[in-house]
Amino acid sequence: MSAAQPSSFPTPPASSPATSTATSTPTSLLRVEGLGQRYAGRTVLRDIDFTLSPGESLGVIGESGAGKSTLARLVMALERPRFGRVLWDGRDVNAMPTRERRALRPRVQMVFQDPYGSLDPRWRVGRSVMEPLLALSMSELQRRERVAEVLAAVGLEPDAALRFPHQFSGGQRQRLAIARALSTRPRLIVADEPLSALDVSVQAQILALLRELQRRDGISLVVVSHDLPAVEVLCDRALVLRGGEAVEQGPAARVLGDPQHPYTQDLLAALA
Amino acid sequence: MTAGPDAPLLDVSDLHVRLPGRGGASLHALRGVDLRLARGESLALVGESGSGKTLTALAVMGLLPDGAEAGGRIAFDGRDLLALDEDGWRGLRGRRIAMVFQEPLTALNPLQRVLSQVMEPLLIHRLMPDRAAARERATSLLARVGLDDRQARAHPHQLSGGQRQRALIAMAIAAEPDLLIADEPTTALDARLRVQMLDLLRELVAERGMGLLLISHDLALTARRVDRLAILYGGRVMEEGAAAGLLEHPRHPYTQALWAARPRLGAGRDQPLHPLKGNVPALAQLGDGCPFAPRCPLATTRCAAEPPRFDGRLACWEVSS
Repeated sequence: MSAAQPSSFPTPPASSPATSTATSTPTSLLRVEGLGQRYAGRTVLRDIDFTLSPGESLGVIGESGAGKSTLARLVMALERPRFGRVLWDGRDVNAMPTRERRALRPRVQMVFQDPYGSLDPRWRVGRSVMEPLLALSMSELQRRERVAEVLAAVGLEPDAALRFPHQFSGGQRQRLAIARALSTRPRLIVADEPLSALDVSVQAQILALLRELQRRDGISLVVVSHDLPAVEVLCDRALVLRGGEAVEQGPAARVLGDPQHPYTQDLLAALA
Repeated sequence: MTAGPDAPLLDVSDLHVRLPGRGGASLHALRGVDLRLARGESLALVGESGSGKTLTALAVMGLLPDGAEAGGRIAFDGRDLLALDEDGWRGLRGRRIAMVFQEPLTALNPLQRVLSQVMEPLLIHRLMPDRAAARERATSLLARVGLDDRQARAHPHQLSGGQRQRALIAMAIAAEPDLLIADEPTTALDARLRVQMLDLLRELVAERGMGLLLISHDLALTARRVDRLAILYGGRVMEEGAAAGLLEHPRHPYTQALWAARPRLGAGRDQPLHPLKGNVPALAQLGDGCPFAPRCPLATTRCAAEPPRFDGRLACWEVSS
């Protein structure tokens, strides 16, 4: 129980061509400052702060209604925060010109709990996997090559591209959703409960795949999950949310191994 | 007609269910399920999607889908449930056999206060002489599951998910059933909430001498909270036994693989992961042999061709009891 130090994960160089548009020094890949959100006069998220370096991963833990998914959407810039800022590569994503944000978008991708969230049931999956690439200046041939590449990266045969989502099992569909997210060579993937819709015997496959992507490609993850062992395997840092507030955060091994807040202790006790 | 004191409350033997499939084909969904449950005992039926766990529960409730054909025997307190007509079911379902469904919001009537919904089974089954007595009894049942007077007078949407689940449990136990069937939610419900519900069910079972049949996909969560476990895969029981023993010494390769595939809390970020190969088979893909054979590290040609017999503990050609 000593191997979980972040230092054992050297930050890999950002090597992919799609990331070369980033000009700022990547002191932080993702930074969240005083982030808060209100819906219809009700505060759902309050005063969230954290920083992720390139290659580092964060687990967001909490029960339903804790604000996990709101935080995920804010990090993805799918909605505007009421308070605070979200910085991608040190720049406020909600203050940058639309064109600039559009250029950065492909580098932050999302994987949902239900793979159908990113696979259109009426499309051959190759089209779904390719869709994020349409915004990039690539030739059709390059796009097809990239689709084959990411399908291979998630352990699927190239001819998978020709089939429809319903022809795959739940685990294979989650692989497809991950392949789609990988297509644009993102540096950050936000995964909202990526395992919980899967059969237990298949969860470990997806867990192993995500860990391999971190190691091989240096991808950072923000994993929203109530699955604490999965957070321990995937994350350097952990943030515990309750009622929209961060009650505890720190190195994942410390938060899960020696929780300080009674609420975190409670969550862990439920697993004993 | 009741069975002797030693007879199990629920005795399922060689239960087969065939479901109508596409183009007139029939899908052999349950392929000889054996289960035994005594009064005061809790049994978790653990399986992944398509394993047949929910179908088994529906068969015990007499709620199999239209066109389903059941074979074998389901004895409840000595009575063969498969031979029962709808009239026979009326005195049993909701009265002696009750179910806690996994969707508290759809299982509760949104227009009716929680208290009236708990009173309903008491009045329908004429268990209380009048409304006042039913109200008193329902109030005490709700208090027992942890809901106060104010929550009892609330409508379902005014309660949290956990409180609604408690209300459903109060409804299910109102008629003092002998057998309680609880279908565990498979969606991302908080682990803590699920544990609280399991603990409550377990207390009620001990207190009232009911039998509890828990349907779950989560071996890790249920294993330490029930007396016995039955592991289902591809419509067959792969392994069955006392929960403690089964956890410490899982014998069946499927149980072992399921157990090994879980990441361990405290084992660190670099802990080895042991994913199972392949996918859970679809019903239509199941062959005649052991359903786990295509993913099993020990499988031989015999495993793929011939189903292993369940000997009361295990169904495996390569590992014996």
